[in-house]
Amino acid sequence: MSAEAAAVTPELVAEHGLTGEEYERVLSILGREPTITELGIFSVMWSEHCSYKSSKVWLKTLPTTGPQVIQGPGENAGVVDLGDGHAALFKMESHNHPSFIEPYQGAATGVGGIMRDVFTMGARPVANLNALRFGAPDHPKTRHLVSGVVSGIGGYGNCVGVPTVGGEVNFDPGYNGNILVNAMCIGLADADKIFYSAARGVSLPVVYVGSKTGRDGIHGATMASAEFDDDSDEKRPTVQVGDPFTEKLLIEACLELMQEDAIIAIQDMGAAGLTSSSVEMADKGGVGFDLNLDHVPCREDAMTAYEMMLSESQERMLMVLKPGAEKKAEEIFTKWQLDFAVVGVTTDTGRLVVTHNGKVEADMPVKTLADSAPEYKRPWTLPEPPAVIAPQDVAAPNSLTETLETLMGSPHLCSRRWVWEQYDHMVMGDTVRRPGSDAAVVRIHGTNKGIAASCDVTPRYCAADPVEGGKQAVAETWRNLTATGADPLAITDCMNFGNPERPEIMGQFKGCIDGMRKACEALAYPVVSGNVSLYNETSGAAIPPTPAIGGIGLVPDIAHMADIALKSDGETLLLVGDEQGHLGQSLYMDVILGQREGAPPPVDLDAERRNGDFVRTLIRSDAVSAVHDLADGGLFVALAEMALAGGIGATLDAYDGPLPQHAVCFGEDQGRYLLATTNPDDVEAKAREAGVTCRRAGVTGGDAIAVAGEDPVPLTRLREVHEGWLPNYMS
Amino acid sequence: MKASVIVFPGSNCDRDVAVSLEAAMGRKPEMVWHGNSTVPASDLIVLPGGFSYGDYLRSGAMAAHSPIMWAVVEKARKGTPVLGICNGFQVLIEAGLLPGALMRNASLKFVCRDVLLRVERNDTAFVQRYEKNQVIRIPVAHHDGNYFADEATLDRLEGENRVAFRYCDKDGVPTANANPNGSQRNIAGIYNETGTVLGLMPHPERLADAALGGTDGAPMFSSLVEVLH
Repeated sequence: MSAEAAAVTPELVAEHGLTGEEYERVLSILGREPTITELGIFSVMWSEHCSYKSSKVWLKTLPTTGPQVIQGPGENAGVVDLGDGHAALFKMESHNHPSFIEPYQGAATGVGGIMRDVFTMGARPVANLNALRFGAPDHPKTRHLVSGVVSGIGGYGNCVGVPTVGGEVNFDPGYNGNILVNAMCIGLADADKIFYSAARGVSLPVVYVGSKTGRDGIHGATMASAEFDDDSDEKRPTVQVGDPFTEKLLIEACLELMQEDAIIAIQDMGAAGLTSSSVEMADKGGVGFDLNLDHVPCREDAMTAYEMMLSESQERMLMVLKPGAEKKAEEIFTKWQLDFAVVGVTTDTGRLVVTHNGKVEADMPVKTLADSAPEYKRPWTLPEPPAVIAPQDVAAPNSLTETLETLMGSPHLCSRRWVWEQYDHMVMGDTVRRPGSDAAVVRIHGTNKGIAASCDVTPRYCAADPVEGGKQAVAETWRNLTATGADPLAITDCMNFGNPERPEIMGQFKGCIDGMRKACEALAYPVVSGNVSLYNETSGAAIPPTPAIGGIGLVPDIAHMADIALKSDGETLLLVGDEQGHLGQSLYMDVILGQREGAPPPVDLDAERRNGDFVRTLIRSDAVSAVHDLADGGLFVALAEMALAGGIGATLDAYDGPLPQHAVCFGEDQGRYLLATTNPDDVEAKAREAGVTCRRAGVTGGDAIAVAGEDPVPLTRLREVHEGWLPNYMS
Repeated sequence: MKASVIVFPGSNCDRDVAVSLEAAMGRKPEMVWHGNSTVPASDLIVLPGGFSYGDYLRSGAMAAHSPIMWAVVEKARKGTPVLGICNGFQVLIEAGLLPGALMRNASLKFVCRDVLLRVERNDTAFVQRYEKNQVIRIPVAHHDGNYFADEATLDRLEGENRVAFRYCDKDGVPTANANPNGSQRNIAGIYNETGTVLGLMPHPERLADAALGGTDGAPMFSSLVEVLH
């Protein structure tokens, strides 16, 4: 579209995703009709993606503080204190819409964007994770999307040289029309050297660095704020293209400049590009920006002001420098062969003034633009949670071991090795717990401390009961971190939902937030960053509610960690946590019986904390040789995973309590761990002291998984089905 | 021993190998920018892993034409030991210091995992601390590690005892299953004629620290220190 020619018509306003009411607001703010560039700027700033207009009211209710929190939500990433002058910066962000349309570039630029959020604050990215959700395996698009997304994540992260250490992959028909690609990055910085985005001070140079601006990604933020229909493929041109090589140079150049006393404020150009970076920096600094677009490095000819302001070309940053620092900065960026241009100056007018070819293309009040985005408390409904199903009422299988085989070889539980072997998970030389553990751990370079990280959510629980599902998602990351021996510190949340204008979707959102809040409070585990992705719907069908949680924790000494692998024969297996045999919404019901019914397992947050603190103490005192949290598939699946990881078999004790066998084996009661130890008496005594339920569950040894009254299943067989599904599916 | 690590735009294992070198040498190696035209006096030059120039054109192709490579080639020809790991191996081939080509993996996918290698000889500065035919475990992480050369070149390499490492199973047998990338004759690394230039795809620096799960890569660095002081 040509900026000069287009008049602002009602059709054009609608195309920009603004309602009539919102357009009235634009008119009253400006006191006149907007130019096309201004309309574009309002459109992206007020898009759901940038303004959180439907979600803010609920997000505000989450706990965001704690002694460990240096910076909560509102900056590019959250910051937590790791002690000894170290800080971890982290955030998870969605790139769902672009990844569905163009999986390789969509996923790759998702990884690039989240890394920029982290290094823009002065941190070197040290670990990437991702949470991926695809449609049913038999859906015609799934294989293509898995292949593209995995190569895109690898292609970007591998080249930049940041290890991709963990994450999750799920398949569910609920994502047939909208896959989820949530990328998380963790960076490490000196706690006293964090860079923020507030551009304080006037007459300071506004500097553009990185790649040149092209026409890619124009209106990406608006696309991410609308539903898909059958013509979504037509949106491909709005997907950005990534260049990880430039990103690597940009990381090195920015970190090098940050060693100098040169930067006042810095912000990456993410969603809504130059527009949102300049508005946010100016707003937080309480200043105005005069931008002269004639100086913006462009990749294409004859770009208009509208296009430059809305481009989402990747690998670009905006900085406000100290006076006189331009020369040093330019030297560094030139050394790294990156573009460097002074494109503007900070002012005391409080206005964003955009000039191009001698003509003022936009002149808007920064504060109003940033603050006056509409905020909606949309109507919501939350249905009564379904009734709890008693374990006795869930059909038993013919064979527990055959059931185990089926589950371990199912798309839900099979090995993700095919995925993570395509990611460089060892570069940087600090990955001390590789993928395939409960949580990944990267060592803090040059120390014996580690950062543990895990991504989790169980969407089928959230769909059945958003509140319990929200609690469970937070608790599961906390549990996974604990199972490695880490002190959980804080979370980032990536809230993936359908269309918030539908009350039942808004209810799911509110319900999940309520559950998350309870878990965060009970576990002293605040939210420090996050992202909301709404309108994940195609032709009216929404995804299951998916509040993906990324948690990080601190391992004070990597010499005292646990992993899931069984270590030797003849050790005792201990089960920590109460057993209710909860099968409602379990994987057993889903995969074996083809049912998703009943309430999900409740999370008792007091027990969660008590059990977790107990297990962490055991790990720190080297009282246990292997630890695994119990999640999808329950006790029997956890045992099988531990056996496969260690190449050592195990036998489950005969169970003589009140629960049916299949509920003991496959029930998904929360807050539980399976431990292996050579000294069970001691562990049991400590459990009694701590008031924690702990019972003997079996012994290690042999080369099969056995349970009383059934033929054992050899580990070789189990490994074959477990390792086989994904490669076979993808070949 | 003095070592220099060459840093290209897009190198990303430069710090990792510097850590392993420092652990073995007790001093930091010199990090040398690709735009320089001279290498400081060094007993060892290392070309690290990564994605120099983003693998544009062909992996290693553009780095091979960096100003620094003129100096590296000259020093290599005069006998200074040069170690090229992963992308460094690709650069050595593109610079003409080693024969053959590294093509896209047979799987067409990036592969990152521990592999087993058979140490084919132990009489060079790089491998004295290994046993001949020892099976060691170190990781690979690459997209283009599929070693290719014509039959005559392969025969010559074998005849001149220039194969450094082969992908093998736990018994040291170079099987097809043990080969992560389709390399001809399971070749994981090769020497130049004099055994002073080594290029290999696996990353010894990634398992040279018990905290990372293994130390089979460490003897390469301690061998170098022992021989080169």
